[in-house]
Amino acid sequence: MKLLLDSTLCQGYGLCQEHAPELIELDEWGYASVVAADVPPGAENAARDCADSCPNSALRLEN
Amino acid sequence: MTTTRARGARRTAVRSLMPPAATGPDAGERTPGTVLGPHPDRLENARTYLAHGGYATATAPDALPGLLTRSGLCGRGGAGFPTAVKMAAVRDAGGAPVVVANGEEGEPGSVKDRWLLRARPHLVLDGLARAATAIGARRGYVYLSDPAAARHVRQALAEHPPPLSVQVVETEHTYVAGEESAVVRRINGGPALPAAKPPRPFERGVGDEPTLVANVETLARIALLAARPDLSRRIAEATLLTVSGGGDHAPLLTEAPYGTTLRELASAHGGPDGGAHPEGALMGGLFGGVVAGESLDLPVDPGRLAAAGTALGCGAIRFLGPQDCPVTAAGEAAAHLAAESARQCGVCVAGTGSIRDALRQLAAGSATEDVRASLARWSAGLPGRGACGLLDAAAGTAGSLLRAFPAKVGAHLAAPCTVCAAGFGMPDGPPASTRLTVPVPVPEVPDTPQPAPGQPAGAARRP
Repeated sequence: MKLLLDSTLCQGYGLCQEHAPELIELDEWGYASVVAADVPPGAENAARDCADSCPNSALRLEN
Repeated sequence: MTTTRARGARRTAVRSLMPPAATGPDAGERTPGTVLGPHPDRLENARTYLAHGGYATATAPDALPGLLTRSGLCGRGGAGFPTAVKMAAVRDAGGAPVVVANGEEGEPGSVKDRWLLRARPHLVLDGLARAATAIGARRGYVYLSDPAAARHVRQALAEHPPPLSVQVVETEHTYVAGEESAVVRRINGGPALPAAKPPRPFERGVGDEPTLVANVETLARIALLAARPDLSRRIAEATLLTVSGGGDHAPLLTEAPYGTTLRELASAHGGPDGGAHPEGALMGGLFGGVVAGESLDLPVDPGRLAAAGTALGCGAIRFLGPQDCPVTAAGEAAAHLAAESARQCGVCVAGTGSIRDALRQLAAGSATEDVRASLARWSAGLPGRGACGLLDAAAGTAGSLLRAFPAKVGAHLAAPCTVCAAGFGMPDGPPASTRLTVPVPVPEVPDTPQPAPGQPAGAARRP
């Protein structure tokens, strides 16, 4: 499973990071970057929550 | 924020640095297998192009991919990706492939692509048709913003209609308009703005079909290779370069073999100090960052430059002379990038703006050690975070300044610099693009090309 970020859509809400601090890092301006694009085993649910949490649908999962 | 005129009335000189061809029937002559060709100052019409062996069938379409692989030809748009690999990816993606000749050069210091379309449109269209045949494409586009180039391409299409449907698509001239996903969006009827990847154009591009977006110089080299496979090394291992810098010294559009060193190039340009003592250079358009004097013995070979931590990019090189300061050079590059950000990605707006402001503080002599630390952090953390490479260019520029000129940066932390104080370090200094922009050569139009009998002049259509 892959977690992909469309940086044109990221508005820096930061909700993704609350759901999956091990997958997402926020920079000094609050914008997200994906730390582990290949979701590690066991983190699939966190990745789903993380993608679902974005108010602007900037994150998506790909198998 | 684009200017079409540089300072004063400087014209860009066009002069080849290619050695004579070593083999073939025309051994000893300098122009065989070159993109500049025999008359770079003149529009080449179909008759002249045909007379010099253009549109010939020296290489069969099914032999082209192998020829390109063996030649090692890499793309000339900036990324330097192997052309044969890119073509195979499009061909193997299925569907009805599309080819785009990308002539939209957004780098302010580059003029080669616009010169090429203005002076040698047939060379590009020949390469476009050959690439299309090799990957099974029946639709082609020439994508550009330069009105003179558009006119000459349309004339060329009418003079010698290609074996596939080719449309000219015009766009606004911006820094990001030539980025391949922006090219696809514009041709598909959208804005010329980069899109998030994947999918990449080779997977899904124009009309959702696999699309080869190829730089116009790359296509020109494909045409040259097909016509002269005996000169494949000469053709694949040479490049167009736009050389500028040195105050009011005229810029130079040239073609040189990969082995040519930056120092030789500076000397041929005759720029700062007659080209004798450049103190560094801004490399690759805005993608190679700044390099110091000790890097000037590097050759203009994309692989060697990449290994040394810089980049040939689209071949735009701005030399820094004794009257220049690398902090100002890096700052102006960052300011141009910040102004040209498509403002789609928040991280790009914040990142490029922060880098520009930090470099302006450094130039003004008001930066603290924290500013240097921030620049180092951004140069490591920002690349790869935007939808296109613009943010990477700004971050790379900052990083290159810290790496190549650590003592200069330290001196700027200690005290204001007189060069910077007179320009970039001023709160309302002149716009960076004024100094970065190189004027495009204007080829003479020797005679009016005549459309072939029975061919409507409207063979080139606007979308």
